[in-house]
Amino acid sequence: MHIPDGFIDGPTSLGAAGMAAAGLGVSVRRAADALDDRRAPLAGLVAAFVFAVQMLNFPVASGTSGHLLGAVLAAVLVGPWAAVICIAVVLLVQALFADGGLTALGLNVLNMGLVAGLGGYVVFLVARRLRPRTKAGVVAASAVAAGLSVVLAAVAFVVEYAIGGTVDLSLGAVLGAMVGVHVLIGIGEAVITAMTVSAVLAVRPDLVHGAADLLPVPEVRPALAR
Amino acid sequence: MKANTKLFVVAGLLLALALALFVSPFADSDPDGLGKVAEEQGFSGAEQEHDLGDGPVADYEVDGVDDDRMSTGVAGVIGVLVTFGLGMGAFALLRTLRRAPEDEPTADARAG
Repeated sequence: MHIPDGFIDGPTSLGAAGMAAAGLGVSVRRAADALDDRRAPLAGLVAAFVFAVQMLNFPVASGTSGHLLGAVLAAVLVGPWAAVICIAVVLLVQALFADGGLTALGLNVLNMGLVAGLGGYVVFLVARRLRPRTKAGVVAASAVAAGLSVVLAAVAFVVEYAIGGTVDLSLGAVLGAMVGVHVLIGIGEAVITAMTVSAVLAVRPDLVHGAADLLPVPEVRPALAR
Repeated sequence: MKANTKLFVVAGLLLALALALFVSPFADSDPDGLGKVAEEQGFSGAEQEHDLGDGPVADYEVDGVDDDRMSTGVAGVIGVLVTFGLGMGAFALLRTLRRAPEDEPTADARAG
């Protein structure tokens, strides 16, 4: 899913970088207001964990692999705005490993951070309303949102390819191929996200942003502990 | 940070490091979804050389570590630690943003 340099032309990449920067700016402001003191260190951990798990490519079809994207996982754990920052940090570090192009960094933050993270979180919120208000409901909603977030990011790439793809191709074919393979990768994303969310829910349910409404006491914690 | 939250973060970081060091060398090395689609649809040739393609940790291989698996594992550990440091730094900065005086003076007074 990491777009290398050269797939998308300069102007489109630049436009995406502008959108990514604006989205990241909004996320920073929102996360600064929303993230409580207990979850701030958790957000650093989530970024590191997503980096590690993104290295674990699993086979999805003959000659094709996929790996966790982690945007919905991060959004469920630390909230959607902090998740965008987590994914941006991961992508920045990955660029040092020559994974994802430097000129494509904006495209990648846009697709994997903003589209997958915020779009996926909207799916999560809708799915939670359709499921019982239980831990199992949170896990199920996380899985559905995680799976769809991968497809959303894949569609975002096709839109960018339609605007600024450097090789002239049938867009329908690119769309079909991208969605087809990313539905399969999305299943892996759903499984890993569900496993991780349910593990954290079992150990420290109070650290799961997306399950805050399940806590017995309302969460009003002013900045006492620092 | 509450003590058990610190413990949680340390345990989580150790898990991430273990995955990067011991599991990532055995990850599937086939192209990912986008890479495969690019090959099949015929735009993989448009990929340009990465500007940091000759860097010391390019492609998750560390210069000077000959064993392939060891090299990937060490690259993973470096990546996890850098990401953790950068993430913690970013979110520590974020907290100072929220505590800007014009936002909520009462929170500051209480925390002081």
